[in-house]
Amino acid sequence: MKPPPFRYCAPGTVAQALEELVSHAEEEARVLAGGQSLVPLMNFRLAQPGYLVDLRRIDELARIVLDGDVLSVGAMVRMSAAERSAELNFAAPMLSEALTYVAHPTIRNSGTIGGSIAHADPSAELPAVVLALNAELVVAGPTGRRTIAATDFFTGPFSTALAPDEILCEIRIPHRTGGQSFVEFARTHGSFPLVGVATAIDLVDAEVVHVSIAVAGVAATPVRAEAAERVLLGATPDDITIRAAADAAATALAPSGDIHASSQTRIDMARSYVRRGIELALNRAENGR
Amino acid sequence: MNSHDITLTVNGRVTKISVEPRKLLVDVLREDLGLTGTHVGCEHGVCGTCTVLLDGRSIRSCICFAVQADGAEIRTVESLASGAQLHPLQDAFWEKQGLQCGYCTPGMLMRSVELIEENPKPTLQDVRDGIAGNLCRCTGYQYICEAVVAAADRMRDGDGHDSGENQRAASTEASTP
Repeated sequence: MKPPPFRYCAPGTVAQALEELVSHAEEEARVLAGGQSLVPLMNFRLAQPGYLVDLRRIDELARIVLDGDVLSVGAMVRMSAAERSAELNFAAPMLSEALTYVAHPTIRNSGTIGGSIAHADPSAELPAVVLALNAELVVAGPTGRRTIAATDFFTGPFSTALAPDEILCEIRIPHRTGGQSFVEFARTHGSFPLVGVATAIDLVDAEVVHVSIAVAGVAATPVRAEAAERVLLGATPDDITIRAAADAAATALAPSGDIHASSQTRIDMARSYVRRGIELALNRAENGR
Repeated sequence: MNSHDITLTVNGRVTKISVEPRKLLVDVLREDLGLTGTHVGCEHGVCGTCTVLLDGRSIRSCICFAVQADGAEIRTVESLASGAQLHPLQDAFWEKQGLQCGYCTPGMLMRSVELIEENPKPTLQDVRDGIAGNLCRCTGYQYICEAVVAAADRMRDGDGHDSGENQRAASTEASTP
């Protein structure tokens, strides 16, 4: 089981990487980040790019910067480096929490934040996190840089708004001071979750003034649980409100079943985990975490 | 010829080698450098037996192209023993019977090196969580976990004996379902 032949480069700047993508477009050039999804796919020969542009030498893409109210995470930041970042844990605790669920430490030593987002596995943790955090994704292309809202980024399973000649450079996350949580159910430690839930809640005098909930594993892309958000927004949530919100989230879902779980199981699981996610985020919002 | 000249420092020895981009790091280690201690298992990053350290951190060498490791320092299982003198981890695996067929062992050892570096005093549960990405089909993991805890004790104390404290912790946890 070996990958098919391809050609390879590891440029030092984003501009050079973009040139490589354009000049090798006919060879189906692809970007290589940490390789923890792409290389297995190539070993199986499910992916056969003729040219790989490795981003590992581009220092600009490996930085974490907290500037005022915006946390900027470079796309090539390794997941294990992100886990150890105090700024990231301060500004986006949900992301830190979600990272502990992504595969295993050895995979996270190589895997990158941007790689997971651009790979866009509908069950993966990080796409749901950027959706719940209203992150902006900064993308470089032949005509310059553009910013894509996380809500517009994921277009289908393993599909994004990125064009073949574009590179995801940076994830910009607004810093919220309320409570955040990431919870999931996976069959085994380190597996992709059947259902994962990312929740951010801001309170003022016990009233919910902001809520965003994103669910992974229940649709072709991570989805916002808008029905649940509507129940919570403006409320002073008690147990009944939280259960109503979880019910509303579950009712809106129509996931497809597979060998791991039926559609109904996933819906029931989403109901439970949305409730747990809300409870945890609320608890943290109340206790200033 | 579609090949790249790369430099790897493997177990302290600087090696310059010309490789095809598609050549996996594990295959360079085994085929080109003759270091067959690192095993090839699933070849898609699931089983962990190909685990080596790259610049001090564990990676899976079956889902890393050798060209991606250009300029890096690699440590493999061959770096652990010095001559006939086993590394404390190897010694503990021997003594606690932390292996049967031995196929997963190089990955278990290299992941455990990193684990003990990050957490010099791991509990049995820390070890269970820490090696969860490395599969073993023989042992049921119990003796592996006990061996890692025992090795951490020895490496900390430097006296070659288990400290009573961690042994007690291990036996208490071992009786918990």
